[in-house]
Amino acid sequence: MSRLTAENVELAHEMIGRYPRKRSATIPLLHLAQEQDGYVTDEAIEHIAELVEATPAEVLGTCTFYEMFKRHEVGRYMINVCTNISCQLLGGEELLHHAEQTLGIRAGSTTPDGMFTLEDVECIAACTEAPCLQVNYRYEYRVGHGDFDRMIDDLRAGRLDDDVPPHGTLARIRQAPTENWAGREDTVPPVADNLS
Amino acid sequence: MTDIPKIVTSRWDLEDGHTLDRYVETGGYQAIRKAIATMSPDEVHEEVKTASLLGRGGAGFPAGIKWGFCPPGVTPRYLVVNGDESEPGTYKDRLLMERDPHQLLEGILLASYAVDCAQAFLYVRGEMALAQERLAQALNDAYAAGYVGKNVAGTDWSLDITLHWGAGAYIVGEETALIESLEGNRGMPRLKPPYFPAAKGLYMQPTIVNNVETLANLPWIVDHGGQAFADLGSEKSTGTRLFAVSGHVNRPGVYEVEFGVTTFRDLFEKPEYCGGIRDGNALKAFIPGGASAPWFFEEHLDLPLDNGVVGQSGSMLGSGAIVVMDETTDVVKAALRLVRFFARESCGKCTPCREGTTWLEKILERIVRGGGRASDLELLVDVSDNISPGSPQLQWPPRQTTICPLGQSATSPLMSAILRFRPEFEAYIERARAAA
Amino acid sequence: MTDVAEEKVTVTVTIDGREIEARPGELVIAAAERHGVHIPRFCWHPRMPEVGMCRMCIVEIDSGRGPALQPSCMVPVSDGMSVDTQSDTTKKAQDGILEFLLINHPLDCPVCDKGGECPLQDQTLAFGPGETRMVEEKRHYEKPIPISDLVFLDRERCILCDRCTRFADEIAGDPLIHFIDRGNQTQVNTFPDEPFSSYYSGNTVQICPVGALTASSYRFKARPWDLEESESSCGTCSMGCRVAVQSSRNEVVRVLGVDTDPLGTRDGLAPVNEGWLCDKGRFNFESLNAEERLRVPLLRDPEDDEALVEASWVGAVAAAADAIRDAVDADGPGAVAVLGGARGTNESAYAWSKLARTVIGTDHVDAQMADGLPAELVLGLPRATIDDACNATTLLWIGGDPKEELAVLFLRLRAAVKRGSVRIIELSTHDTSLTPLAKLSIRYRPGELPQAVRAMLGEPGEMGGADMGDLERAAGMLGEGSLVVGVGRSSLAEAPELATESAAAIATAHPEATFLPLLRRGNVHGALAMGLAPGVLPGATSLDDGRAYWTEQWGDLPAEPGLDAGGILEAAASGRIRTLVLVGADPLGNCPDKDLARRALTGVGTIISIDTLPSESTLHADIVLPASAWGETPGTSTNIEGRVTSVSQQVTPPGTARADWMIAADLAMALGRDLGIASIEGLTAEIAELVPGHAGIADTDPTDGVLALRDLADGPARVAVPVPEASAAVPVDAYSFRLVVARKLYDDAVSTRYSAHLRPLAVGAALRLSPTDFERIGVEPGGQLQVTAEENTAVLGVVPDTTVPDGVAVLAANQPDLAGADLVELGARLTKIRVETL
Ligand SMILES: Cc1cc2nc3c(=O)[nH]c(=O)nc-3n(C[C@H](O)[C@H](O)[C@H](O)COP(=O)(O)O)c2cc1C
Ligand code: SF4
Ligand code: FES
Repeated sequence: MSRLTAENVELAHEMIGRYPRKRSATIPLLHLAQEQDGYVTDEAIEHIAELVEATPAEVLGTCTFYEMFKRHEVGRYMINVCTNISCQLLGGEELLHHAEQTLGIRAGSTTPDGMFTLEDVECIAACTEAPCLQVNYRYEYRVGHGDFDRMIDDLRAGRLDDDVPPHGTLARIRQAPTENWAGREDTVPPVADNLS
Repeated sequence: MTDIPKIVTSRWDLEDGHTLDRYVETGGYQAIRKAIATMSPDEVHEEVKTASLLGRGGAGFPAGIKWGFCPPGVTPRYLVVNGDESEPGTYKDRLLMERDPHQLLEGILLASYAVDCAQAFLYVRGEMALAQERLAQALNDAYAAGYVGKNVAGTDWSLDITLHWGAGAYIVGEETALIESLEGNRGMPRLKPPYFPAAKGLYMQPTIVNNVETLANLPWIVDHGGQAFADLGSEKSTGTRLFAVSGHVNRPGVYEVEFGVTTFRDLFEKPEYCGGIRDGNALKAFIPGGASAPWFFEEHLDLPLDNGVVGQSGSMLGSGAIVVMDETTDVVKAALRLVRFFARESCGKCTPCREGTTWLEKILERIVRGGGRASDLELLVDVSDNISPGSPQLQWPPRQTTICPLGQSATSPLMSAILRFRPEFEAYIERARAAA
Repeated sequence: MTDVAEEKVTVTVTIDGREIEARPGELVIAAAERHGVHIPRFCWHPRMPEVGMCRMCIVEIDSGRGPALQPSCMVPVSDGMSVDTQSDTTKKAQDGILEFLLINHPLDCPVCDKGGECPLQDQTLAFGPGETRMVEEKRHYEKPIPISDLVFLDRERCILCDRCTRFADEIAGDPLIHFIDRGNQTQVNTFPDEPFSSYYSGNTVQICPVGALTASSYRFKARPWDLEESESSCGTCSMGCRVAVQSSRNEVVRVLGVDTDPLGTRDGLAPVNEGWLCDKGRFNFESLNAEERLRVPLLRDPEDDEALVEASWVGAVAAAADAIRDAVDADGPGAVAVLGGARGTNESAYAWSKLARTVIGTDHVDAQMADGLPAELVLGLPRATIDDACNATTLLWIGGDPKEELAVLFLRLRAAVKRGSVRIIELSTHDTSLTPLAKLSIRYRPGELPQAVRAMLGEPGEMGGADMGDLERAAGMLGEGSLVVGVGRSSLAEAPELATESAAAIATAHPEATFLPLLRRGNVHGALAMGLAPGVLPGATSLDDGRAYWTEQWGDLPAEPGLDAGGILEAAASGRIRTLVLVGADPLGNCPDKDLARRALTGVGTIISIDTLPSESTLHADIVLPASAWGETPGTSTNIEGRVTSVSQQVTPPGTARADWMIAADLAMALGRDLGIASIEGLTAEIAELVPGHAGIADTDPTDGVLALRDLADGPARVAVPVPEASAAVPVDAYSFRLVVARKLYDDAVSTRYSAHLRPLAVGAALRLSPTDFERIGVEPGGQLQVTAEENTAVLGVVPDTTVPDGVAVLAANQPDLAGADLVELGARLTKIRVETL
C-alpha cells in the first residue's frame, strides 16, 4: 500500500477540481491517503506532490504541520483524551491516567495488538461535556472511568463498528460531484500558479 | 428572557433540525430567495451594517464594516468560512454545524451575494467528523435541490461552495493562517500590512473571512431586518450570542443569551442557565473569553456580557468561551495546562512565540514537578514581558512582538494567575526548597 | 523584495531623531541601512521577499498613533513616520529576541565554520546576555547531515530564519528543502532520499546567518581571520558574475557571490548576479588546487614518443618558436593556427591576437571550438544588456536551456517573469527550464529552426513542425513594444548556420530588436572582441575594413581571412596545418565532432598546448607550457552583454606557470619580434587606447564595469551580420531520430572534472526518448541501444522522458562516459540517428 489507488485518484481529481488552484487540495488528499493506508506513507506524499504539482518536500512540510496526519502506523482506534482546561478541571488528566492503566500503555503509544493508540490532546470543542474524548474523532462525553472500560470492551468486541470506522476514515459522507456545480470562470485568480 | 428570540439555535432541539426538509419547513432558504429577488447586494450589505453584527470568532470586528474593505473592482473575491473552532473552552460553532448546517449554508449564500464573492470555502476543523458529515450531506442536498451552485434558487446568480477540512492545528483558526492552510501550505500566519485578507487574502485576492456563528445570524437578519437585530442587546453588542460555560458550574452548557445585557452572574447562577457553582463552592476565578483571555474574578461577576465593557475591564469575550474555576482549583496547574496549550500550538514562525512559550512551559513544568527555584517567578515574568511587553501588568489591549497574538495569549492566563495567586506559586517553590 | 515606486518622490522619515529622505514603499530597515543605521536582523535579505520571522529587527515605530514595536523589515516607510532604534523599549525587545534565539543554539562556535563571521555570534558578543537563564536541555538533532553532495545541514544551529528555504523556493524555484514539523520542533530538511540537488544550493550556505549550512568544499578549511580576499568576476561562464575570491596560505578556499547594489537603489547598470552564484561557479575553484595542475613546461621525449619530460621555460619556448618557424618556412604563415583564448583575460586574448596576426602572420585563429556561433553574427548584431532582456516587452528565446548554459541568467529571467517585467517566447526542440516561465513555448523539429522562425515572421512556406496558431500568436506579440532576442546554439548536433539564418531573418524583420548572443565559455565575448576569430580584428571590425587602422597600429596583417575552428581542424587532419597552438583549448572535449578533432590532433605535425590542467588534447601535445589560471592573474574580462569588469589575482600560480599574455610575449621574443607588451597595466592601457569601443576599461570601476563595443563611431566599420539564403526544410522520415546534443551545467570540462565535489554531478550520457518511442523500441529501463549516425556508431544507455517529443533523441554534451559525441559530423545541417536494441 502506498501510492493512491485508481479509484482514489478518481476522487483526488474530483477534489482538486473544486479549487481554483491544485495546491489547495493538498490537505484533503493527505486525508485521502491516510484513509487508504491508515497513515501517510512516503509514496503517498510523492504521489500527492505529482497530483498538486508541488515537490515532495513541500507536501511533507504541509503534512507534518498538522497533528492528525500520522507518518507511521497507529492503532485501529485513535483515542484522544482531552486534558485541556475545561476537561482538566473535571478530571481529564485522571481520565487519561486511567486510560493508560486500562490499556497498559503511555499516552502517545499503541497497544501491542495494534488496536489502540492513546493520545493526550488539546481542546476538542466539547468543553461543556467534560471530561471528554474522541475515538477516531467520534465523541464520548462526560466519560467516567467505568464508561471508559466499557467503551474499550465494546470497541474490542466490534460492537461499535457501525459508529466508529477504522482510523483514517474521517467523514463517511463526502461532498459529491453534481451537475449543478456552477464552475464560474471568474473564480480563477489572475496570477499563474507556478509563479505565485 | 422569554421574549428574546432564538436567532441561531431555533432548530437545536429538533431531532431532524439538520435535514433539508425540516430546514425548508421551518422557513429556511427564504432569506436568500428574498435577497436575490428583491434586494441588491448593497442593500443586503446595508442590512448587516444596520444590524451592527459583531464577528463571533474572537476579534469582534463588525462584519458589515469588514465587508466594505474589499477594494472595489478587484476580482475574483472569495468568502472563507472559519469553522476551525479550537480555542480552549470554545464550543458553539461545532453545534451550529452539526445541528443546523443549512442555516450556515444560507448565511454563506447571503454573505457571498452581498460581497459578490465568486466562490466560498467552508473550512471545518479536522477533528469534527460529525460536523463534516452533516455539512457534506447538507451541501449535497442543497446542490441537488438547487439552493447552491448553478442558478441559486432558480435565479441567474450562481455560487459554488467547497467543503474543506483542516487536519489539527489551532493556529489555523487565525484568519491569515487559515488562508495559508487553504492554499495547501503550513498554517503559518502571514499578517503583513496592507495584506489583510479583505485586500489580499486567498491567492492574494480580496477575501472575506467570517466565523461560523457570525454567518449563522444572516438568515434571521435578512428575514427580520437589521434593525430588529440591532434592537436586541446593548448599543454596540447587538443581537443574541452563544456562550459556552464550562468548568465548575452545576449545569455547564451552550446558551444563547441577549448580547451586552446579560451579566456573568446571570449566566452562572440563574436556573435556566448554569444554576450556580458546583457543590455550592466559592468562585475562585473565571475565563471570560477563551484560553487567551486574562482571567476575571468575583468582582467582575456583575459586568454585562458586552464586548466594550469587558474590554475596558482588561479582558475580552473573545470566542464566547467561559471557563469557571471554583475554590478547589490548583491555579498553578491550570496555568501550566494553558501555557502548554499555546506552546504546543505555536506555528513556529516568530522567535518569541516559538521559543518563549516552550520555555515558559518548561519552567512551570519544573515548578510543578518540585524543581522550582526562587528566581523562577521573576524569570516567568520577564520571559512573558519579552513575548508581550507589558503583559506582567496585564496591559490591555496587549502588545506583541510577534505576527499573531498566539504567543501573547500564553502570557494572559499565566500573568493573571501569578498576579492574583502568587503565594500558590511560591508554595510549590518553597516545598521544593524544603525537600532539597 | 521592496517594490520601490517608479516616480522619484520621496517621503520624510525621522530615524533616531535624524530626518532622512526615503523612497515610497521602501522598508524601514532598508531606508535606515541606506542612511547608515544598521538594524540587527537575521531573516531579512534585501534580495528576497520579507517574512518577518526572526523578529530581531523589531523597533519602535510611530506612524501617528504613538510608538509601537514593529518589525522594521515588514513596515514600509510613510511620510512623517518616526523610528527609534535605540529606545529602551526597542533594546529590551531585541535583547529578549536574541536570548530566545540562543536558548536552543549550541555553544560550538569554536568548531563552527561560521565562527568569526557569524551574525548571531556578533550580535551576542555585542549585546547578548552574559550567560543563559535556561537550565533545561537544549533541542537536539543528529549533527550535520548531508542534504546534497555540496551542502551539510546542522539543525541544532539553525535559527529558522527561512532564508535557505525561501531562496530555494522564491529565487531558485527548487523547493527541495522545506520546514518540516511544527512549532518548537520545526526543522529544515529535505524529503527522505530526495537531496537538495539544486544548481544554486551554495547560495544557501552563503546567506545562512549561522553555521547551520556549510559547504562540503569549505568545512574546516580555514578561519575567517586568516582569509585574504579580493573582488573579481567569475570566469566559469560568460555571465561574469561578481565574486569575492578568498584564499588562505596562498590557496583559494572559497568563492562568494557579491551584490554590488544590495538595496537595488543605484541607477544605471544593475548588478549581473545580485549576489547569487551557480554551484559550478562557486565550487569549481577546487580545480585550481588540483594535484594534476601543470606546473612546469613539458617536451615530448625524443627517446619515448609516449612520454613528456620536464623542460626549462627557455628551452620549451625556443622549441615552440622553432616549431612555428619551421612550419612558416615550409608552407608559409598559413601552416600555423591558434585555437582558444576564450578562457583567459582580454589582455591574453589581445596578446595572442596580435602575436598571430603580426609576428606569425596567420589569420587561422579561433576562440570557439566550432561549438558556438559565427563571430560576425555575435559581433555584428546590436547587443542587448541583461537588464534589457529582463525588461523587454518580449524576450524571444532561440537558444539552449539557460539553466544549463548560463545558470545565473536563468535566475535573472525567472525573477523578471515573476515580477511581470518581461514575457518570454521560447522556440525549442524539447522542454527546457524556460518552458514553465514562457508565455508561449513553441516546439520545432530539430534542424528546422529557420523554417519555424520564417513562418513566425510571416514568410510563406514550411513551418518546421511548429504549430501555426502559436506562430501567429508569437508574431502578434513580436509586434508589440520592445524586443530582445536570445540567440544561441541549442544543439551541437545542428549546424550553427541554422541559428545564423534565424537571427538574421529576425534582425531584418525587426530592425529595432537587440540581441543576447548566448555563447557560454568564460571570456569568449572578450576573445572575440579582441579579434580571436578568422577575418575579424579587435573592435568588431573585419580584416579588410580594419586593415588600414590596424596596420597603422600593429604593422602588416595577413592578406586573406583564415579558417575557423572547423576549417583549422580539417586542415590539421590533412597536414595542411603543420603547427597547431592550443591556448587553453581542448578540441577533443569541446568540438562537437570528436572524430574530426582526433584526426586533427593525430594528423598535425606539432602541437603546442598552453594550459592549466591536462586535457585529452594536451596528451597529444609535443610542447606543453603551463599557464596561470583564473584567480592567478589579473586583467579584465567581458561578459555576455559586453560588460568589461576586472578580474583579480588572489594567489600566485603553481610552479613556474605564467599568464597566457606573457607566454605570447616570450614566444614573440623567441621569434625575433617584440610584441611591445611589458606589463599587465600597459596591456590594459593599450587595449583601452587602441581597441575601438574599449576606451575607459583601464579605469573600469571593478564593481560595475563598462559596456564595450557600444560606440564604434570613430573606429573602422563594424562587421556585417551574414544574411544566408533561406534554407530548405529537412525531409521527414520515420526510421530515424533527430539528434539533439544539449549542454548540461556539469560536464567533463576540466574545471568540473578536477573539482572533487563537482565531478560526481555530471549526469552522464544517456539517450532521452519520448515515452512512446521508448515503448516502441521495446528496450527495458536502464537498457542500452546501438546508435548509428552515418558510419559512426556508439552504444548508449536510454531513458524515457516526457519532455522529449516523439522522433527526437536528446543527448547531454561532453559527458565523462560519452562515446556518443562521435555521432556528430561537423558541417552536417542536422545529425540523424538510427537505433537498434542489443
Ligand atoms: C490564534 C488565533 C486563533 C483563532 N481561532 C479562531 C477560530 O478557531 N475560529 C474563528 O472563527 N476565529 C478564530 N480566530 C479569529 C480569526 O482570526 C478571525 O478574526 C475570525 O475568524 C473572523 O471572523 P469574524 O469576524 O466573523 O469573527 C482566531 C484568531 C487567532 C489570533
Ligand atoms: S538553516 Fe540557516 S538559513 Fe536555513 S532556516 Fe536555518 S538558520 Fe536560516
Ligand atoms: S477543554 Fe476539553 S473539550 Fe474543551
